[in-house]
Amino acid sequence: MPDDARTAPNSFRLGPDESGKFGQFGGRYVAETLMPLILELNRAYEDAKNDPAFTDELDRLLAEYVGRPSPLTYAGRLTKHVRETALKGKGAKIYLKRDELNHTGAHKINNCVGQVLLAKRMGRTRIIAETGAGQHGVATATVCALFGLPCVVYMGAADVERQKPNVFRMKLLGAEIVPVTSGKGTLKDAMNDALRDWVTNVEDTFYVIGTAAGPHPYPMMVRDFQSVIGREAKQQMLEREGRLPDVAMACIGGGSNAIGLFHPFLDDPEVRLIGVEAAGKGLDTDEHAASLTGGKPGVLHGNKTYLLQDEDGQIDDAHSISAGLDYPGIGPEHSWLHETGRVEYVSATDEEALACFQLCARKEGIIPALEPSHALARALDAAAEMDEDQILLLNMCGRGDKDVFTVAAALGVDV
Amino acid sequence: MEAKGYTRDPILTRQVLRFSSPGGTCSGVTRLTDTFAQLKAEKRTAFVPFIMAGDPDLATSERLLHALPEAGADVIEVGFPFTDPMADGPIIAEAGQRALAGGQTLKKTLEMVKRFRAAGHQTPIVLMGYANPVLQHGDSFAQDAVDAGVDGLILVDLPPEESGELDVQAKEAGLDMIRLATPTTRDERIDRVIEHASGFLYYVAVAGVTGGRSAGADELGEAITRLREKTSLPIAAGFGIKDAPSAHAAAQHADAVVVGSAIVKALELEGVDAAVALARELAAATHAPGGQQ
Repeated sequence: MPDDARTAPNSFRLGPDESGKFGQFGGRYVAETLMPLILELNRAYEDAKNDPAFTDELDRLLAEYVGRPSPLTYAGRLTKHVRETALKGKGAKIYLKRDELNHTGAHKINNCVGQVLLAKRMGRTRIIAETGAGQHGVATATVCALFGLPCVVYMGAADVERQKPNVFRMKLLGAEIVPVTSGKGTLKDAMNDALRDWVTNVEDTFYVIGTAAGPHPYPMMVRDFQSVIGREAKQQMLEREGRLPDVAMACIGGGSNAIGLFHPFLDDPEVRLIGVEAAGKGLDTDEHAASLTGGKPGVLHGNKTYLLQDEDGQIDDAHSISAGLDYPGIGPEHSWLHETGRVEYVSATDEEALACFQLCARKEGIIPALEPSHALARALDAAAEMDEDQILLLNMCGRGDKDVFTVAAALGVDV
Repeated sequence: MEAKGYTRDPILTRQVLRFSSPGGTCSGVTRLTDTFAQLKAEKRTAFVPFIMAGDPDLATSERLLHALPEAGADVIEVGFPFTDPMADGPIIAEAGQRALAGGQTLKKTLEMVKRFRAAGHQTPIVLMGYANPVLQHGDSFAQDAVDAGVDGLILVDLPPEESGELDVQAKEAGLDMIRLATPTTRDERIDRVIEHASGFLYYVAVAGVTGGRSAGADELGEAITRLREKTSLPIAAGFGIKDAPSAHAAAQHADAVVVGSAIVKALELEGVDAAVALARELAAATHAPGGQQ
């Protein structure tokens, strides 16, 4: 099926172009010191993805180590819950793509396995990564432990404090954690410091970026590694229902789980694709993380994309109860899909995510991460407006174990 | 004027530029070109201090700016702050955050340069910073900068691959686009880097952020020799030059010596007079005749 798309006219799946652009978005906005490294990385990745020795090893690890394919689960009680309040004949069947069942508890590891394999292939001996909530850091530290590679994780000092269990996990896995105090000490500052490390250690270091953003080829590479989600879901849906879903939804911070789910469906016009950004305390406040809804195009962290920023081009701080969505930018391919209209982008607030976090736990016995809880909030609305014989697919991209303390605090419960 | 219609087409843009001016010289002689020609005639290396506009506040940084020509600055780099300065070490990054906290913007930085010119200063000014504030300013940036009295522009995160539109606007306005070469810029890439460069070429002497380690003198000499085979533009060396001995050493190889973090730090810790005194000392070390040439 992917091969049909490549030859199809008007395909949404051909990007990026050679310069790493999706329309006007993407590109390589990096210091000259990094340019040769990024060009080399691009060549190495193009070479690797066409080499069966690389792709076979990747597939083997995804199956034997990560635990893929992840199941597709019919969420019967959530579906029933929607139908209870929906108009007669309304209430689509809700399916969950269970990427929270991956090793380390989120979709992040799909990408880490791919990038660390590539680092090994390129002869790199030291891995660095940035992390917000710690999921990407834990996944990177895990794969580095598997391959015996030293791993340095940059994490905002504020996040180190908020996400102590993940910090300890990374240490158990042998990673070195560097608390970042520059700027406001959050994810974007961690990314700045990771880039500073890379620019200083150009000879031996590989930077494993956790989301589908950054300079080309990262947005493409991360998307490719995460597209396993959508490819599996497509096949599972055909096996289960004999057809594609009517709607597929995912939450978006940088947007790696969403692009991973969406990309294999981009050229199936009958599938409506909806991304859900974090509206924090509300889009009418300045405490949210909805870059597409509340931002405009600009340049940060190596790519041109929608950013939360002021009129002088200074980057605003994002806010979300979910540390994984707490980023003022978004992957460039999403900016392009937004402008072309192929994907719809909506948002959900902290409060809505908190409610759905609890609802999903009680209705399905699945404690979701706060990130997909945002997507669930809009999924319930969408399902209620769809017919009963329609299908809605939601990417359950992470589990909520990491969030129990945050949620308890938000609910005023002393754990 | 014809080029204007082509600015959104990178391929045509390249052709227009290639046809219009071989060798990278602009139609009029710019203040930078003029300064470097004069320095060459005098067999002197240029001293180029860097300051952050608005650090710790606009008035203080402006006082420093006005004092630098007399202290021996041949060209001045004026940094404009950005929230996410990924190529800067802590000293300059924090200077930028102080400036932003004080309300500094790119517009205010241009106004500051305008006042510098109004006061009669002729020292060339090069703005240095990151792409996004320039992008948000809009297509008029190059002309607005020239109108304010700016001579050149360095955008750390805008490699030649992404600079097509701005190159055209800068050329039309007469703003020099200063490119960076680094220890990782291999021979095959140098041509790309210097393709639309003008004013001078900035050699980043070490792979790293500002205010970090220093390059060895031999390393620097070899790198600059390699660059001279490719370009006749003056070559400035920066990153890791922090005191009189390192400035003097770099001056033996480069046409210009850039010092940033050391001056910013002197300003932060001891104020304008100390920063000016340090600039004076560094200028003297840069200008002092060397043993090698």
